[in-house]
Amino acid sequence: MANLELRNIRKSFGAVEVIRGVDLTVNSGEFMVFVGPSGCGKSTLLRLIAGLENITSGELLFDGEVVNGLTPSKRGIAMVFQSYALYPHMTVYDNMAFGMQLAKGTKEQIRERVLKAAQLLQIEPYLDRLPKQLSGGQRQRVAIGRAIVRDPKVFLFDEPLSNLDAALRVATRLEIAKLHHDMAKTTMIYVTHDQVEAMTLADRICVLRDGVIEQVGTPLELYENPQSLFVAGFIGSPKMNFLNGEFADAFRATTLGVRSEHIRITSDGRWSGEVVHTENLGSDSYIYVEIGSDEPLIVRQEGTSRHPVGERISVSPVESQIHRFDRDGRPMRV
Amino acid sequence: MSVDGTVAAPAATPARPIKNELLAQRVRSARIFLVPMIVALLIVAGWPLLRSIYFSFTDASLTNLYDHEWVGFANYLNWRTLESGRTIFRGTLVDPGWWNAVWNTVRFAVISVSLEAVFGMIVALVLNAEFRGRGIVRAAILIPWAIPTIVSARMWGWMLNDQFGILNDLFLRLGLISEKIAWTANAETAMTAVLIVDIWKTTPFMALLILAGLQMIPKDIYEAADIDGVHPVKQFFRITLPLVRPALMVAIIFRILDAMRIFDLIYVLTPNSSATETMSIVSRENLIEFDNFAYGSAQSTLLFLIIAAMTILYIWLGRVRLDGGDR
Ligand SMILES: Nc1ncnc2c1ncn2[C@@H]1O[C@H](COP(=O)(O)OP(=O)(O)OP(=O)(O)O)[C@@H](O)[C@H]1O
Ligand SMILES: [Mg+2]
Repeated sequence: MANLELRNIRKSFGAVEVIRGVDLTVNSGEFMVFVGPSGCGKSTLLRLIAGLENITSGELLFDGEVVNGLTPSKRGIAMVFQSYALYPHMTVYDNMAFGMQLAKGTKEQIRERVLKAAQLLQIEPYLDRLPKQLSGGQRQRVAIGRAIVRDPKVFLFDEPLSNLDAALRVATRLEIAKLHHDMAKTTMIYVTHDQVEAMTLADRICVLRDGVIEQVGTPLELYENPQSLFVAGFIGSPKMNFLNGEFADAFRATTLGVRSEHIRITSDGRWSGEVVHTENLGSDSYIYVEIGSDEPLIVRQEGTSRHPVGERISVSPVESQIHRFDRDGRPMRV
Repeated sequence: MSVDGTVAAPAATPARPIKNELLAQRVRSARIFLVPMIVALLIVAGWPLLRSIYFSFTDASLTNLYDHEWVGFANYLNWRTLESGRTIFRGTLVDPGWWNAVWNTVRFAVISVSLEAVFGMIVALVLNAEFRGRGIVRAAILIPWAIPTIVSARMWGWMLNDQFGILNDLFLRLGLISEKIAWTANAETAMTAVLIVDIWKTTPFMALLILAGLQMIPKDIYEAADIDGVHPVKQFFRITLPLVRPALMVAIIFRILDAMRIFDLIYVLTPNSSATETMSIVSRENLIEFDNFAYGSAQSTLLFLIIAAMTILYIWLGRVRLDGGDR
C-alpha cells in the first residue's frame, strides 16, 4: 500500500532526454496504466520508478518520502518483465523463493508464501520444473508469482502479455484483473501499448508521448473527453475518424473527430461515398467509406454488413458525439 | 573410428521407409563432408601416432631407426632376477625421471589452469561491464595470446634474467627481495617462472571463452535479482557462476588438455631444469638427445594415453550432465 508521487521527473541517456518532466500522482491501491506509442518512454518511466535507472532530475516519492537514492529492493516494489526474466537454472519454486531466502524468513514461512502464490496462479503442478520446461503463459504466471511472493507495496508490469498469443493474452489479462481485485491494497503500474489492455484493466490511464504526459484520466474520461488529437487518436479501436478541410469547417473546427460507432447510415446523410472495404467481425462490422477525406471514413455497424463494396451510401455523424479540435489539436468547447 | 561410429548410428536405427531415405541421404552427405578432415587427420596425426606406438614396442634408436627388434613391453616395464635373488625393474614405469616429469606436468596443469580460470573470470567480468573503449580493451587483452610462444618465452626470459632482468630490478627497488634471483635457473623458482609466463599468456584465451559464456546470460535476470535484493556477490555465486559453468568447463578442459602437453614454453624458458621437466620434454629428450628412440616413444605413448583417458572421461561426464538437463 503506497501512493506514488512523481515531481518533474526527467531522464537523459547521454545527450538525449527521454523523459521530459513528468508530474504524476498514483493513488494507493490504484491500477495505473501507462500507454503510448513505441519509444515514448513508458518502460523508462517504469524503470525509474523501480530504481533500475537513475533519475536525472526531479523527485520520486513513495508515501511522501523521497526514494530517489534507494535501491530497487528497498523500495518495496516487485516487477514483472516482458521477457519474464526468470532464473533459468532454478526450479519454479526456487525462482519464487529466491528473493525471500535472502530476506529474513524461516523455511516454513517461505514455503507457505510460495505455495499460496502458486495456488493463486494455478502453477502448483509445475513447482519442480525449470522455466524452459514451461509454456510462455506458464512462465509469465511464474514471473507474476515471484512478484506476489515479495508482497510488494507497488507492483510494476512492463508489457507482461506482449509475448503471449491472443487467446492467452485475454486469459492472463483476466487473471491480472483478478489479482488487482485480490490485492486491493497494492498499487499497480502497468505498461502496455495495447489500448484494449489499458481500457480493460486501468483505474486510470496515463497517456505518454515523447517523454511527456499527454493526458491522465479514467478510461471513460479519455474515451469521451480526449484532451488532444493525439489521445483521441490513440484511445479507441478502430481509430477515431479525423476529418479536415471543409468537413471540419462545417463544424467551425480545424479537425473534426468522430468515432466509428457514432456514425449512422441514413438515406440523406451529411456525407456520402462509395464503400471501399468492409470488415466483418461477426458481432459487428466496419465499413470503410470513401467520402473524399484524407483517409476512408470508418463506420461501425452492428451485426454483419449489408453494404457490399462498391455501393454508394450516405452517412451522418451523431451530432452530440462529435469531437472538435482547434489548430493546436486541443478540444474546443461548444 | 569414433567419427564413423557416430555417423553410422542413426542409420542403423530402423525407421519408416520415407524417413529412412531422408536419413540415408543425410548420412551420406555427412560422410562426404567428413572425408577431407578424416583423411587429413589420418595423415598428420594418425600415422605418426601409430608409428610412435609401434616404436615403443621395439628397441629402435635414432641412429638406427629401421634396424630394430620387437621387444614387447620392455620399454614400459621389464624385470630381471639376479642370481642373488634380487629382482631389478627397468622401464619408463619405474623411471624416477619419468615420474618427476609426470608430477611436474600435473602440478603445472593444476596450478596454471586454476589460476587462469580465476583470473580469466575476473577479466571476463570486467570486459562484460559496459564502459567506454571496451572494444579496444578487448582487443588489447588478446595480445599476450597472439604473441608466438617462442617470442614471449624469450621476452620473459630477459625480463626474468638474474643480471639484467627488469623483474629483479623492480623487486629489489621495492624491497621485496634482498638479492637478485636467477628465476629460470634456480630449481626453486623455475616452476614459478614458467607458471607466471603461462598464466600471462593464456589468461586472455580463458577470459574470452568465459566472456562468450557471460554474454549469453540475459541482462534482465540481474535486474530481477536487484529487485529481489540479491547482493552482487551472491548474484555472482548464485546466478552468474551456475549459468556460465558450461562455458567455463569447456575452457578449463581445453586448457588442461593443452597444459598436459606443455612443451615450447619450458623448452625455451628453462631448458634442462629437472624442476620444470614435463612429460613432453622428457620424451623428446629420450627421443632425440639420448638416442633412446623407443624409450621416448613409450613415454609419448603414455602421454597420449593419459590425455586420451582424460578426454574420454570429459566426454562421458559431459554426456551425464547433458542428460541431467542442465541447460
Ligand atoms: N539504455 C538506454 N540508452 C539510450 N537510450 C535509451 C536507453 N533505454 C531507452 N532508450 C531510449 O529511450 C526511448 C524510450 O525508450 P523506452 O524503452 O522507455 O520506450 P517504450 O515506450 O517502452 O517503448 P516500447 O513500447 O517499444 O517498449 C527510446 O527512444 C529509446 O531509444
Ligand atoms: Mg518498453
